[in-house]
Amino acid sequence: MENLLSIFVKSIFVDNMIFAYFLGMCSYLAVSKTVKTSTGLGIAVIFVLGITVPVDYLLNKYVLTAGALEWLSPNFASVDLSFLSFIMFIAVIASMVQLVEMIVEKFSPSLYSSLGIFLPLIAVNCAILGGSLFMQEREYGTLAEATVFGLGSGVGWFLAIVGIAAIREKLKYSNVPAPLRGLGITFILTGLMGIAFMTFMGIKL
Amino acid sequence: MKALRKYLDKVKPNFQKGGKYEFLHSTFDAFETFLFVPDKVTSRGSHIRDGVDMKRTMIMVVLALVPALLFGMWNTGYQHTLSIGESWSLWQTFFFGFIKVLPIIVVSYVVGLGIEFAFAQYRHHEVNEGFLVTGMLIPLIVPVDVPLWMVALATAFAVVIGKEVFGGTGMNVFNPALTARAFLFFAYPSYMSGDKVWVNGLMAGNVPVDGFSGATPLAKAAAYNQLPSAYDMFMGFIPGSIGETSTLAILIGAAILIITGIGSWKIIASTFAGGLVMGLILNAFAVNPFMEIPAYYHLIMGGFAFGAVFMATDPVTAAQTSRGKWIYGFLIGVFAVLVRVLNPAYPEGMMLSILLMNAFAPLIDHYIVQANVNRRLKRAAVAAKTK
Repeated sequence: MENLLSIFVKSIFVDNMIFAYFLGMCSYLAVSKTVKTSTGLGIAVIFVLGITVPVDYLLNKYVLTAGALEWLSPNFASVDLSFLSFIMFIAVIASMVQLVEMIVEKFSPSLYSSLGIFLPLIAVNCAILGGSLFMQEREYGTLAEATVFGLGSGVGWFLAIVGIAAIREKLKYSNVPAPLRGLGITFILTGLMGIAFMTFMGIKL
Repeated sequence: MKALRKYLDKVKPNFQKGGKYEFLHSTFDAFETFLFVPDKVTSRGSHIRDGVDMKRTMIMVVLALVPALLFGMWNTGYQHTLSIGESWSLWQTFFFGFIKVLPIIVVSYVVGLGIEFAFAQYRHHEVNEGFLVTGMLIPLIVPVDVPLWMVALATAFAVVIGKEVFGGTGMNVFNPALTARAFLFFAYPSYMSGDKVWVNGLMAGNVPVDGFSGATPLAKAAAYNQLPSAYDMFMGFIPGSIGETSTLAILIGAAILIITGIGSWKIIASTFAGGLVMGLILNAFAVNPFMEIPAYYHLIMGGFAFGAVFMATDPVTAAQTSRGKWIYGFLIGVFAVLVRVLNPAYPEGMMLSILLMNAFAPLIDHYIVQANVNRRLKRAAVAAKTK
């Protein structure tokens, strides 16, 4: 239990997808204009990460790693399918995103239209694939750990995008030099927020 | 005074539209309003009859910083005498510190104001007064042995990236002085932490007398668990950044800020409360000596008091709503103590926890305002129904 809590907190703050690894920047920069839409996208990312990471975990454990297919028949003990992990992970992510898209369209058409192209683009959001690959690389031991890691990464991404969206709403009253307006100032802000998030660098839980 | 006024009136046309030095109009304006209260009043609408404009507000903060500054100068000399094992008279001690601290202040002001003036001329707005405070804060939160060129670099970074790209005073998101401190901390960690930087002369290789340690109480708490007495830490007879050591001097400043209504007492109170609560929680779950130190020690060690009084209350970067201020301050206190105790890489958590909450202050405000809007909508709906 303590272990799960530590993974959760760590994936939100210490290994924050945006500020520690700068993953998923495209939708982070493009959709963070208002808090409302970024909340929607953030929740979608939490949802997708919370599903894909455990599914990929099972896939990785029972199909892809070296000798994983042994449960099928002893003959497969020497089979190593890990070279397929990228393509398999992407396939899982793409189908999950399709699912989320259908759900959002059904239940919240206004959010669906405001997210626009970025909802299907979650499929290629690096934070999602990154979550699965980190899960594989860090060798989480149980399904619960993988799920908690996925959810935590999603919450971290959510925090980052709503945080910067609130700042950008406030920045409407600022007098940013013309060449920096829009993306330029957002990049600078992201860097400064990254400095602020270094608060948690090096914390061992 | 009259002669000065006359002289200003005489040269004024040169700086106005069509004048010889029109491009310098904001520089002239800055000096004029520095010397005299501007007589400009709004031609219609409401009038606020108050002598306090932004320039006076900022000067009040600088005044509130003076006790911490004077004590910091004296303490610089005092720590130096301790390290060489001599005892000097009060004036000699103070003068030594004065000589050491003055260049840092001058560099910070010259570099920062230079950039401010340049931006003001170039972007055609008035010179903002905000830097009067930032320029005083930066020297107070660096170690005394910091090389001057680093101060200049950090000030330039903070003013340009932390403030001017957002449009200047009142529009920045992160506290510029803390941005400068964070920049120094991550760019030149060996000059900003360790045992030697806090006392003058140790970096240059002067060997201190036996038994003298230049480590700050925070570093001691983390490493050796030998702390100075609470009295020493409260009064400030300890190594540390120039202005942050004496909680007493800082509290005098806090009193000035609160009485004049410039600093928000809500933020100061809730920051201390947050630190205390987190300290008590850590005490309850203590597994190592650092977690066991009394909770109130956290409030008088390191930069906690300084950050709570002078940095967290920055009206621009703090939360704006009243309830938001409580949340904002409380979280600063919690994170500061948490980082101090749990993060071995950073003995001092105050700087980063304030920066972190600067980043989330707009979000806190957003939710508070939104909750208020929703509550009123609900009330309106109920009222409409009963009608």
